[in-house]
Amino acid sequence: MKGKTTLITAGIIIGIITVALVILGNPANMGYCIACFLRDIAGGLGLHRAGVVQYLRPEIMGLVLGAFVTAILFREFKSTGGSGVILRFCLGAFMMMGALIFLGCPWRMILRLAGGDLNALVALPGYVFGIWVGVLFLRRGYTLGAAGSQPRLNGLVGPLLAVGLLILVIAAPAFIFFSEEGPGSMRAPLFAALLAGLLVGIIAQRTRFCTMGAVRDIILFRDFHLFSGIAGLFIAVLIGNLVTGAFTFGFLDQPVAHTDSLWNFLSMGIVGLAAVLAGGCPLRQLILSGEGNGDATATVIGLIFGAAVMHNFGWAGAPPGVPAGGQIMVVVVWVLLVGIGFAVTRQAMAESREKEKARQDVQSTQTG
Amino acid sequence: MSSKTIDCCGLSCPEPVIQARKAMQEPGINELKVKVNATVARDNVSRTARQMGWQVDVEEQGEEFVLTLTR
Repeated sequence: MKGKTTLITAGIIIGIITVALVILGNPANMGYCIACFLRDIAGGLGLHRAGVVQYLRPEIMGLVLGAFVTAILFREFKSTGGSGVILRFCLGAFMMMGALIFLGCPWRMILRLAGGDLNALVALPGYVFGIWVGVLFLRRGYTLGAAGSQPRLNGLVGPLLAVGLLILVIAAPAFIFFSEEGPGSMRAPLFAALLAGLLVGIIAQRTRFCTMGAVRDIILFRDFHLFSGIAGLFIAVLIGNLVTGAFTFGFLDQPVAHTDSLWNFLSMGIVGLAAVLAGGCPLRQLILSGEGNGDATATVIGLIFGAAVMHNFGWAGAPPGVPAGGQIMVVVVWVLLVGIGFAVTRQAMAESREKEKARQDVQSTQTG
Repeated sequence: MSSKTIDCCGLSCPEPVIQARKAMQEPGINELKVKVNATVARDNVSRTARQMGWQVDVEEQGEEFVLTLTR
């Protein structure tokens, strides 16, 4: 019970920070959105040229560095990696591709829900469905293999990248892009955003906050531990939105959203399934990256890559709807994800059968 | 009346929890040792075991944790 109270409190604090970020200038229902912010970073670096979503969001750097410092203080920083690295990169890219159809990571889905955006209510069952499919694979032994220890520098790549991006956004050299209109131009003051990132990074590192884990653990174990944090976040943001007048109930005219229900459902399904197969939602990947997990850093770079693909090919969802290319992409990525799940699970099942057989052979020779 | 040891070092969550639960549900097992090397896995396996009514004893061995679960 003590753990649950801590998580609910953590959720409420994160919720308050989220509402504050919108008041300070971030786009509506986007006080925090890992997918949107990583997409803005991809744009800020010029990896895509969608002029309205380009900014090196300091919240992201804060998250990684907050988790990094906390992990060091609690002696939890460990340089690990080597578990299905390139598959994780792909899963990161797929996660982002799904998120940019819906227009938001799971976190923003919760924020949109708390802002009265009913399109998010359609996406939520999609997210749960994707996670449920992922759990089917987990139950049958899906694993990307054990991570091992790595040279310390490998684990420091994530935090160092964050420091580099921070220097770039502060120095603002001419080759870095800053949106002058659209969501990318709406931003909380740099140091407020950084501080918000650091605080949430610290909280998320301590509590292991994860939007996918919350749903997954309920399906797998009937364990509501992580879910209590999400509930706290939702309630805090809902109250915050009602107080600040940011609550608009309905499907139409929602900020940075569209009403294509089928694609909202299917795209969040992609995010859910990819998150299970990668072991964490986009937020959790950033936190793990700060803790020295090089595989999570690869996943984060995959997320950024996915954002560049979506905008360069014109596949991303937008307020008018989802382009045809994006719709085809959703179907193809669903097939690829299920394929990855099957292939990896099949091998894991075969290996565990072999292991069990070897164990029985040893037993029978001992008794015989 | 038997015991079993499983090695979950390096596995990302929830895999250690799934493996531990599977082992705890095997008939006749009343002591289970779970080796993990991450605090998250240590906490998650401990919480699950306690929820399932097992006693948890944690021993730190260098970089690793050995959880002894008994019922």
